[in-house]
Amino acid sequence: MKSMLNKLVFSAAALGVSGSAFAAGAVADEWKWLTFAVFGVIIAVTMAITYWAARTTHTTSEFYAAGRSVSGIQNGWAIAGDYLSAASFLGIAGLISLYGYDGFMYSVGWLVAYITVLLVIAEPCRNIGKYTMGDILAFRNDPKKTKTVAALSTITVSTFYLTAQMVGGGVLIKTLIGIDYETSIIGVGILMLAYVVFGGMKATTWVQITKAVLLVIASLILVLLVWMPYGFSLPAYLQAVIGDDKVIAQVAKLLGDSASSMSKEELGQRFLEPGLFLKNPIDQISLGMALVFGTAGMPHILMRFFTVPTAQAARTSVIWAMAIIGGFYVLTLFLGTGAAMLVGPAKIASVDAGGNMAGPLLAQYLGGGADSLMGNFMLAFVAAVAFATIVAVVAGLVLAAASAMAHDIYVGVIRGDHATPKEQVVAARVASVLVGIIAITVGIMAKGQNVAHLVALAFAVAASSNLPAVFLTLYWKKCNTTGIMLGMIVGAVTAIGLVMISPNMTYPKAVISGANKVLNGEPAVPAKEAKPAVERSSFMCELFALDGCVLAKPAQPATPEKPAKPGVIEKLAGLNAKLPAMETALPTITDAAAKAAAEADIAKVKKDIATAEAAKAKAEGDLKKVEGQTTSMMGLEKPFFLLKNPGLISIPLGFLMVILGSLFTRDKRAEEMWDELYVRQNTGINAEAATAH
Amino acid sequence: MSSKNFNWAAIDANPKFQTLHRKKTMFLWGLMIFSTIFYFLLPIGAAYYQDLFKIKVWGVVNFGIMFALSEFVVAWVIAFVYSKKANAEFDAMALEIINNLKAGA
Repeated sequence: MKSMLNKLVFSAAALGVSGSAFAAGAVADEWKWLTFAVFGVIIAVTMAITYWAARTTHTTSEFYAAGRSVSGIQNGWAIAGDYLSAASFLGIAGLISLYGYDGFMYSVGWLVAYITVLLVIAEPCRNIGKYTMGDILAFRNDPKKTKTVAALSTITVSTFYLTAQMVGGGVLIKTLIGIDYETSIIGVGILMLAYVVFGGMKATTWVQITKAVLLVIASLILVLLVWMPYGFSLPAYLQAVIGDDKVIAQVAKLLGDSASSMSKEELGQRFLEPGLFLKNPIDQISLGMALVFGTAGMPHILMRFFTVPTAQAARTSVIWAMAIIGGFYVLTLFLGTGAAMLVGPAKIASVDAGGNMAGPLLAQYLGGGADSLMGNFMLAFVAAVAFATIVAVVAGLVLAAASAMAHDIYVGVIRGDHATPKEQVVAARVASVLVGIIAITVGIMAKGQNVAHLVALAFAVAASSNLPAVFLTLYWKKCNTTGIMLGMIVGAVTAIGLVMISPNMTYPKAVISGANKVLNGEPAVPAKEAKPAVERSSFMCELFALDGCVLAKPAQPATPEKPAKPGVIEKLAGLNAKLPAMETALPTITDAAAKAAAEADIAKVKKDIATAEAAKAKAEGDLKKVEGQTTSMMGLEKPFFLLKNPGLISIPLGFLMVILGSLFTRDKRAEEMWDELYVRQNTGINAEAATAH
Repeated sequence: MSSKNFNWAAIDANPKFQTLHRKKTMFLWGLMIFSTIFYFLLPIGAAYYQDLFKIKVWGVVNFGIMFALSEFVVAWVIAFVYSKKANAEFDAMALEIINNLKAGA
């Protein structure tokens, strides 16, 4: 599943490079004012929230935890606002619109992850913690050591996720309305900083709630419009989706040669069956593990549980979050299939290869199309929700990173917990500004970069480093400082290391051969005889590119000879040669119908030329980027680790290292504090109380 | 806020706390294991049992779609069951322990 996210971010990043082709954005120029008007209203509302929140944000508890006065229901909405990033809001709808069933299956793990949060993390963290993950780990372990590691891990996870969000957000805003990448990054950065620095957690919470409510309203309206014509019947609706020619054409395109023997009904039905996008089940399981364990270790999600008054409220908030997040993902099934049926996968992919524009384009279609006021208002509304989404998620991440920097490192480690309340608040604000500036700088520097590995990394590090440490210190008596240090470091390093040698990275040779194929075409392939299935040589071969490995392959039917495919250079030459003759012939045609047909032909050739030029520019850009390189950042010609998600290896290793480290050392404090920790996490005695206003 | 220091070891050894601990552990592990297995059945089924997933059960709606939708329902049911149990039983037991503590102090 994460591999899909990777592809999303990657395609988004790739778009940034070839962005000139789409500089106009999905919103036409004459409707920009409408988009900016809707943006303006949303910014004004969030600024009013910040102004109101800033008046009651003075103490550290108010800054980091909104005075612990957020109600369970409010926190549930805020968690949904924090979690439903642009990747899940626009990305999953897009994947469903392009790949049908696999896109929907992908969304499941994002909800199931909250079961872990609900059952083992939320309430104990509320009872034991104060502001950060470091506080939980420091409870019975060496405070300085564990706070340092916890803060480093928090900052690492947040920065990875933040960069992916900033780059994805910048590209998204550009694709939607054509604002410059740099301008949107700086805009997002400044807005988010205003919320965090002045309004702290309270403003962040309410921005997240506002965004979640807007997102749910927008999705509900769209689904209502899509589903209503079918009397809210699921089979009747899906029947219409898979009977649509655009959907059938997309399935035929995805299946390639094997589609020729299938009927139209079979092709349509295939859209509702697995396997059009997710090809590697082991990678899916690895991603599933990272999601299910990583979400509970995400610092910006953990932090949300410190904002409610009691453990009961923390419980309520996860229940609400699960209802909202799950309900939203069920809605995306309709958004995605609706976009596939009404807009068409080909058109969606032509605006953004990863499908991110499925939702916005569906909104435009349902409102009345590209030339109508209502259609553009709907598009503007969805674009504004996407913008609010990026800002809200980024604000949560910045607050998490800043709290680790200020509360764990500066106050906890450097000042040995002896900072005055006033110093603490100043430190928190300074750290927020610092993290904000880092986020903007990194966002601009990463323009057009491959950020695919960063989302994989954020979840993998959270699952392999944060979760084992938090889980075992809360539930295992023998867990101690050495175990936590060892587990967190080994877990994080393994996850990062494996991603660095995984297929997520850029491998120049593959890029060059791909670009050359686009430019120069492919040679003819002779007919092949049927091949029997090949068994893999061992399970390790599924994970690593070891010497002598044979990968499992299903039986292949005989394929007929394939003709050579021309490259874009050849195509362009052909099209350009054809055009003048067509244009000179045009005035000589007298018959009106024939003339119209000839004009249509010319328009089509011109469009083909534009498409080919864009493909050529992208391929040449790719070649230029890897010019002179033969190996990846790590000096590899091809991936050594074959999964996109390291979780399968790094998560068990993280747990194992905490266990081994704890078993082989003794830590008196960790043992003595166990009774207190265990009683307190179960009863809530002495938990941090809410501050009254 | 005043934090008091209690004799934590004594509370931990208290039979009432032990009962709470035992009940909670059993219940949480049971739900956790069930939900994890049920979740991983989805990618495994989609990869290795495609013939099952393709069976149409409700018009064009096939088993795979119903199974994916059931993942949502099961997640919500687990959340509901846990919160019912925690609100009705665990919270009351914890409250009793706290009240006894205050009466005894």
